[in-house]
Amino acid sequence: MKFLCIECDEQMHFGERQLPGDGTLAAVFRCPECGREVAMLTNPMETQVVSALGIKIGGREVPEQPFELVRGSLEGGREGAFADAPAPGPVRWSDAAVERLAVVPSFVRGMVKRIYADYARERGIREITPEIMDRARTDLGLEGM
Amino acid sequence: MRRIRTYADLQGPDRSGLDQQVEAQHERVARRLEGIGTVLAVTSGKGGVGKSLVAATLASALVSRGLKGGLLDADLNGPSAPAFLGLSRPTLEVTDDGVVPPSDGRGLRVMSTDLLMDERAPLRWREPGTGGHLWRSLLERGVFREFLSDVVWGRLDVLVVDTPPGPQRLAELKELAPNRTRVLGVTIPTSASRTAVERSLRLAVEGGLLLLGLVENMAGYVCPACREVGPLHPGEAGESIARALGTPLLGRVPFDAEAAACAERGDMEGLLSSRAGREIGRLADVVAEGLGS
Ligand SMILES: [Zn+2]
Repeated sequence: MKFLCIECDEQMHFGERQLPGDGTLAAVFRCPECGREVAMLTNPMETQVVSALGIKIGGREVPEQPFELVRGSLEGGREGAFADAPAPGPVRWSDAAVERLAVVPSFVRGMVKRIYADYARERGIREITPEIMDRARTDLGLEGM
Repeated sequence: MRRIRTYADLQGPDRSGLDQQVEAQHERVARRLEGIGTVLAVTSGKGGVGKSLVAATLASALVSRGLKGGLLDADLNGPSAPAFLGLSRPTLEVTDDGVVPPSDGRGLRVMSTDLLMDERAPLRWREPGTGGHLWRSLLERGVFREFLSDVVWGRLDVLVVDTPPGPQRLAELKELAPNRTRVLGVTIPTSASRTAVERSLRLAVEGGLLLLGLVENMAGYVCPACREVGPLHPGEAGESIARALGTPLLGRVPFDAEAAACAERGDMEGLLSSRAGREIGRLADVVAEGLGS
């Protein structure tokens, strides 16, 4: 989809994506001419239909992880089902971030860790903190992870 | 009425590019399947014909004959393959290339939702509050795609896909693996089965998939006392579907209590040497030949 600023007859640019945590999604687009911003808000069903397709509105920020969909969608997956390869690169985790990661169900923990690390590396972030995790969550659309 | 420029009029990039993202997923599948000779979809169009057990036994028999084989349990909500193979639930290694599938003792590589769950845990998806049905069919499609593209199948002569009743998985195989997919139909002798299986195979053919042939399961039963095969179900669905669709009847497998007991305890070795298992072995010989041609 594309967004058009009718007044300027200009295509708007994707700005940011947010997941407020209630199952909905906001994607912000901005007119490069007049600076007007619009937010496209999707309801929970629309949000999940798109995520069931394994696609991201506004584009993908980090590459698709193996089994991303099944791991993110299965309720109560088996503890210790997966051993994930560590993310490459020198990304550090703050103690608070480690603590927060520990409460993520083990079925997806390794994958989620990898996604945060990829996110940080691609933005030149050296240390992952809970704040970075929050930002990544909304940027990447890690609903339920 | 004012004229608003159309999607095609705008020259800027479509960052969401949903079609491009979907296309990238298809490319991932295609890349993975490059290493696989044939995707053999085992299908029935009807429950209760023993398709999953035929699929698992056939895959094992093919591997016993020296072929490199995989078994993809596409019955996402009712998985059974690991139990038939006596496969435990190992930790699955995730590499940059994908998820490494566990192998049974023979080297058959397996993927199933069963491997992702605890033994008795119910299989449940995180459904949205509304529109669950639409969402679920999309999700299943996506999970099936991941099982094709994200599993490190390696080089395989054949990937057996245990396909649940319903047209979805076959349609997806047509879309994702059009040139490698062959369909093996499983029926039982009854006329009810004939109708259902013939219908679903016709649909597959009309959708552009190639049939490899047909198997008639529960074709008689093995008498536990004398080991002779006696009558079980009336009908001759195997012959009749084969004739109607111009495809060969590749094998007839009797119901065999010994084989069933082996399946129950995950003893594939025992199953393969049972009377029914030996018939599936003969089927594997024919299938292996058919795959080569
Ligand atoms: Zn504007």
